[in-house]
Amino acid sequence: MQSTPLPGIGVQYDLTTREHQHLSVIAHRDGTRTLNTYRREDPDACAHSLRLTEGESAALVDALTPSHHSPNVLHTSGLGLVAERVELSGSSFWNGRALGETRMRTDTGVSIVAVLRRTGAVPSPAPDFRLAGGDTLILIGTREGVDAAAAILGRE
Amino acid sequence: MHTATIFIELGAIILTLGLLGRIGSRYGLSPIPLYLLGGLAFGQGGLLPLSASEEFVATGAEIGVVLLLLMLGLEYTAADLVTNLKSQYPAGMVDFAFNALPGAAMALLLGWGPVAAVVLAGVTWISSSGVIAKVLGDLGRLGNRETPVILSILVLEDLAMAVYLPILTALLAGAGLLVGSVTLAVALATAGAVLFVALRYGRLISRFVSHDDPEKLLLVVLGLTLLVAGIAQQLQVSAAVGAFLVGIALSGEAAEGAHTLLSPLRDLFAAVFFVFFGLNTNPASIPPVLLPALALAVTTALTKIATGYWAARRAGIAAKGRWRAGGALVARGEFSIVIAGLAVAAGIEPSLGPLATAYVLLLVVIGPLAARWTEPLAARLTRRGPAPAAEPQPLPEEPGVRV
Repeated sequence: MQSTPLPGIGVQYDLTTREHQHLSVIAHRDGTRTLNTYRREDPDACAHSLRLTEGESAALVDALTPSHHSPNVLHTSGLGLVAERVELSGSSFWNGRALGETRMRTDTGVSIVAVLRRTGAVPSPAPDFRLAGGDTLILIGTREGVDAAAAILGRE
Repeated sequence: MHTATIFIELGAIILTLGLLGRIGSRYGLSPIPLYLLGGLAFGQGGLLPLSASEEFVATGAEIGVVLLLLMLGLEYTAADLVTNLKSQYPAGMVDFAFNALPGAAMALLLGWGPVAAVVLAGVTWISSSGVIAKVLGDLGRLGNRETPVILSILVLEDLAMAVYLPILTALLAGAGLLVGSVTLAVALATAGAVLFVALRYGRLISRFVSHDDPEKLLLVVLGLTLLVAGIAQQLQVSAAVGAFLVGIALSGEAAEGAHTLLSPLRDLFAAVFFVFFGLNTNPASIPPVLLPALALAVTTALTKIATGYWAARRAGIAAKGRWRAGGALVARGEFSIVIAGLAVAAGIEPSLGPLATAYVLLLVVIGPLAARWTEPLAARLTRRGPAPAAEPQPLPEEPGVRV
């Protein structure tokens, strides 16, 4: 996989398959993707150029990788535990409150293992960690526990 | 009472532009020629002269130039510019020699003097990155192997603007050799310093500007840009270059946010700018310069094709791709008008404005056509030599293949 910057447009990723076929993907600045295939008689030119939205390319990736997974569930193990992402809304009750105040582990048995924020990820946040609207929390617990936790975190 | 007339006039202008743009997009036309024609129609000597809103339109046009250049700067990071400069400078030099010199020669031929020659050189030199990027997208050629070559030539031209515009402003100010070279030195030093700061501390500046709230981001970026543009103008560097440098200095999240927020504003004020340019041109002054404009358009269309061909060959692209690269570069547009606008505002050579208008009108329309047809045409012309039986398949490029 070779990448070429396209100033003002995005980045182009080129791939040559084992059968010597060329294809490329352009990642546009706005998040859309273009999938290109090339002509046999004129290898510099695109034969087809497919414009995909972010959602469409996610669907395509899902079809290309055989392990089907929903983007909301990180992993479901055989032990009856699930991991889930829960996002706090902008008008969340928890905006600005400490993580300990949710009494998450006491009430639901669910652990908050990480908080994802635009500025970066915070692994294993302490009880005095202050939540903010827009944070995404990664929870691990039983199915029922995670559902209860999502209900608590959904408080406005 | 006065505001009412201003509103009515502005409303009429902007509404007409919107409708014209809509008609244009139906036929795949860039809106720039339509805006220019709109300006011609509303201006002195046109169909429907307007006067009350003149001052507002003039200021709006200035803001339009600042925003055009700011957005141009936002497209690139300082690192993009430096890597491009390092690897592609021969193509940039060929581009300059092939396309700027014909413009300069034409101005001298018309007896307009050296300053006008520098202006016209800029007009014929700089391709329209806006039109070309759109055409490449429309034709489904963004993934083509010659596309990075085309883009890097555009990047080099844009970078060259940062050096060219201060030189031009110094020349237009009519300063003497000593004062002129001092302002020029100040200008170039500022541009160099900003580029250096952007490379080193771009992340810090972006973090200072960056804000989650779109309203505050918009205000901070716009305020900063206008402030820097104003200061640059005071230093004789040209407001446009100041704005361009602000755009370069911003990167990452801040640049992306500012890009989406400012695009509609840019569209509005850039349209006002094109109208303003048209307003200041009397349609009656165009026919006398039509012939030189046509000659210049044909010459510089061919030299641009040659530039693209040469640059693509240098990058190891096959013949068809070379022709495509050449054809794609033909369009001139917003920046030719920006350059001519500066000269017109400085009151240099009255025929320059009409000539530039006619020239851009021609090439902004021919550009997309050249992008589409240069390669099939070249293929047909060059195939006449060897036996046609060599290639059994029909046309090399069918219009229907893009999706």
